[in-house]
Amino acid sequence: MSALPPYATAGQRTWHYTFRVICGLVFFFLIAPIVVIIPLSFNAQDFFTFTPEMLRLDPEGYSLKHYRDFFNNDSWQSAMWNSLKIAPMATIVSVTFGTLAAIGLSQPHVPFRRAIMAILISPMIVPLIISAAGMYFFYSRIGLQGTYIGVVLAHAALGIPFVIITVTATLVGFDRSLTRAAANMGADPVTTFFRVQMPLILPGVISGGLFAFITSFDEVVVVLFVGSAGQKTLPWQMFIGLREQISPTILAVATILVAISIMLLATVEMLRRRSERLRGMSPS
Amino acid sequence: MTDISHSGPVLAADGTPLKRSLARALRMQKLRALMLIAPLLLFILVTFILPVADMLFRSVENRIVQDTLPQTVEALADWDPASGQLPNEAVFAAMAADLQVAAEQKTHTKVAKRLNYENPGLSSVFRKSGRKVKKWDLATDGPFREKLIGIDDGWGDIELWRTIKTYSGTFTSGYFLNAVDMQLGAEGPEIRPENERIYNTMLVRTMRMSLIITFSCIVLGYPVAWILANLPARKANLLLILVLLPFWTSLLVRTSAWKILLQQQGVINDTLVWIGLVDDANRLVLINNELGTIIAMTHILLPFMILPMYSVMQTINPSYLRAAKSLGATDWTAFWRVYFPQTVPGIGAGSILVFILAVGYYITPALVGGTKGTFISNLIAYHISTSGNWGLGAALGAILLAVVLLLYWVYDKVVGIDNVKLG
Amino acid sequence: MKLSKLSALAMTTALCAPSAFAEEMANELTLVSWGGAYQASQQKAYVEPYLAANPDVKVIWDESSAEAVAKIRAMNEAGNVTWDLVDAVASDSMRLCDEGLAEEINHDEDLAAAPDGTPASEDFGDLIVSDCFVPQIVYSTTFGYRTDLIDTPDTVCAIFDTEKYPGKRSLQKRPIDNMEWALYCDGVAKDDIYDVLSTDEGVEQALAKLDTIKDQVVWWTAGAETPQLLADGEVVMGSTFNGRLFSAIAEQGQPIGMLWDMQSFDLDGWVVPAGLPADRKARVMDFLKFATDTQRLADQAAYISYGPARASSAPLVGKHAELGIDMAPHMPTDPANSANVHVYDYEWWADNRDDLNAKFQAWLAK
Repeated sequence: MSALPPYATAGQRTWHYTFRVICGLVFFFLIAPIVVIIPLSFNAQDFFTFTPEMLRLDPEGYSLKHYRDFFNNDSWQSAMWNSLKIAPMATIVSVTFGTLAAIGLSQPHVPFRRAIMAILISPMIVPLIISAAGMYFFYSRIGLQGTYIGVVLAHAALGIPFVIITVTATLVGFDRSLTRAAANMGADPVTTFFRVQMPLILPGVISGGLFAFITSFDEVVVVLFVGSAGQKTLPWQMFIGLREQISPTILAVATILVAISIMLLATVEMLRRRSERLRGMSPS
Repeated sequence: MTDISHSGPVLAADGTPLKRSLARALRMQKLRALMLIAPLLLFILVTFILPVADMLFRSVENRIVQDTLPQTVEALADWDPASGQLPNEAVFAAMAADLQVAAEQKTHTKVAKRLNYENPGLSSVFRKSGRKVKKWDLATDGPFREKLIGIDDGWGDIELWRTIKTYSGTFTSGYFLNAVDMQLGAEGPEIRPENERIYNTMLVRTMRMSLIITFSCIVLGYPVAWILANLPARKANLLLILVLLPFWTSLLVRTSAWKILLQQQGVINDTLVWIGLVDDANRLVLINNELGTIIAMTHILLPFMILPMYSVMQTINPSYLRAAKSLGATDWTAFWRVYFPQTVPGIGAGSILVFILAVGYYITPALVGGTKGTFISNLIAYHISTSGNWGLGAALGAILLAVVLLLYWVYDKVVGIDNVKLG
Repeated sequence: MKLSKLSALAMTTALCAPSAFAEEMANELTLVSWGGAYQASQQKAYVEPYLAANPDVKVIWDESSAEAVAKIRAMNEAGNVTWDLVDAVASDSMRLCDEGLAEEINHDEDLAAAPDGTPASEDFGDLIVSDCFVPQIVYSTTFGYRTDLIDTPDTVCAIFDTEKYPGKRSLQKRPIDNMEWALYCDGVAKDDIYDVLSTDEGVEQALAKLDTIKDQVVWWTAGAETPQLLADGEVVMGSTFNGRLFSAIAEQGQPIGMLWDMQSFDLDGWVVPAGLPADRKARVMDFLKFATDTQRLADQAAYISYGPARASSAPLVGKHAELGIDMAPHMPTDPANSANVHVYDYEWWADNRDDLNAKFQAWLAK
């Protein structure tokens, strides 16, 4: 489909290349904002426009000062540590509960499956502002507002739909005769789960976990409501920075986050290939 | 089956009838599945569903008037607003007594705030009176009708008393009516005066802009999904990363990037001026308006459109297109009559997903939308964190949630929630 | 700078030593403020010296003053107050006090007297606008303009004159001040502004005047937005707090000028949320006493151009901590700057705020 057949007419030829250009433009649209912030984060000035020095590629125009600011500034550092304390905990909670439930949901006979699924997916569907406000009032009443546990629980709830979706997707291709075979050979259900089922669905679990992690790591609306200053996360600090002034330190943080995203993305892609290999499909 | 019923029930190994045994096994299986799901279900119910329900309950809850002005509410029961007469002295005395208690506990300002939502100006009457009534002696200082009207002639307005009577119930429809730009007037619900109407405009704007965003996502996403589905796997995966990278990048980062790009002194305008397409004096206004929100949100939601389309297009067999062409169809006919109809489920799935996510957006419109490009979510946030009118925020939230749930239901019917794929 | 820090240290130890033994004090202090240059001035003038004297204490900043009333209300309703000391504008402190959401302060007992022995209530004088309010600074909302992009304006009405001063303007996304400026520039006498605004026609008139520039306005919600917009050239003039403009002009050298005409005076100060546990309250009161004494308030003026709220602090106001320029001429209260000021009526706005907010929001969305 991608190569142009030798008998193509001039019109087809034109269309073929026009189409490529259109696609290129859309890809450019997708990636441009991310590409634009990376050079700006090395700006030697405290502005976020390309200075003449930068455009001339003069080394004077570039500096690492915004990265230094990020690593030396207390509020940025404490925000990063808060994020690193909250996101993994929230991920563990949602992956544990989510994986169990996904296995339950994939059983052949589950009563009220649709309704249960709808409830479990709801944190992804309900507009964030409604979730945030609801959690704010409810958690205040039970003493969880402004606590570490409160933010972890809230973020875990938001991450659960992703775990459910990815793990159930892995389980669709799961061959049940494997667990039966294990049981036949005398393995108890716990051993069967950890030795047979878990290794096979692990890629799904990990990729769900990554989604849950990035959900918490990138979440700003709910934490603004449920958290208090003691739980100020990286996105929260960025949000303050964005509302107060666009300082290039934000761009440095953004660049670091993009780098982390690329690493996570590569991990997910590797896991996907591994999963397909394990299930005997040819990698697409 | 009939044979079996003649010769008595078939027995399982342990002697119980097979039918019962099977039913028990099925029950056990169901139970085990439920046991696995139960912890999460409980978790979501407590950490998520209950909070949302609790918040929505605020949209109808209205105990404050009864709690703060109990004697007045009781005394007003006999008064008929339609009579055109002010309530009698007993009601005024009850109000003075209630106000005195309330002012002591500093709750009169709260009830004033509540009633002020329905009848602007009431707040000031209550505040002013609270300060003075505190010093009165209820036994000797009557009659209170003249005294209260003496403090503020607002007390001599029938509308004030009608408002208190109308909103003295435990539950109220007031917030919901307000959320659709109406109010409870003397003859039931009525439209609010023109200079106070806002929520219908905002709801319609939210829907309209979400539709535009969804449509832009279809237009931009379709060719990309097509090329991804039709390139060799290795190349496609490389390009897929370009789609997934923004999807995985912080929402705030992307929004701030758009701020940098779209400003009048920003990268896009600078480039256009440099090329000479735009005059330096007439730089394009791309931000703090509808356009800013549409551009930034289309970008943010585009991966949610491309991914479902891509997974549908991957399953379409290319030989159909070849067959159509070999039967004499032009490129366009082959595409439009053969290929496109097969991609409609993907478009549907992506559209509903994008639309659901778009109507609930809040951060991006707040940062790049100015006043024309903000959504109903921004007003909900305004009422919850700034104005303090939580009931109205909850009512708006309930309406928005109803729209989203309706769409979710459609989505589940059309696509099935199990078929959502994330990269 | 060095000297004042040293003396601060000596004073804090002297002040805190006895009370530290007297009662159990929490070691974490959550302060709520506005972020940006203002919060930085508080950090340098009060918090750093206090921490130097109390090394065990940890201060956490929360930049939520803009949502202070709603958040304190929710915390109070739930009986779970996570903030210790809140920086609020005078009108917010009045609302909080009215609703019993803030602790009443005994100004003479809880706060330090002036060095000459004048009790705090006299030293602060009229600025104690509410029983729950400990004033810190007098600030004003006023206009900055790009000196290189437009002619020098001499009246606040320049914001409505898009012919003589073309370009975008930034205004705060709320009715307060904007409505008054609109009426003033529509020919209403200064003394009649609130009478006119009390009528429906007056509100219509103000909104109609604002309508004439609506498509030229960028609305801001955080104080640092206007300086940023001015620096980027996104707007040619805009309202913000005078201290933010001072930072942009004096510290960052931006081509921005100050327009003091019809500046709107306001107060900002501390509020203690009601219902704090005893140990946290003890810490808050200890900090509050330190942070609002004569020297500390005067020190703050070395970082930002807001007038200290104590009469006794005024003579101590000196030069900018880093730039060494005289701060007095940059204060909103300086006679040259306050020739024509707008006096913002707290009472009137307390009564009419909800109503005008609703109308203003509806107008904005149109």
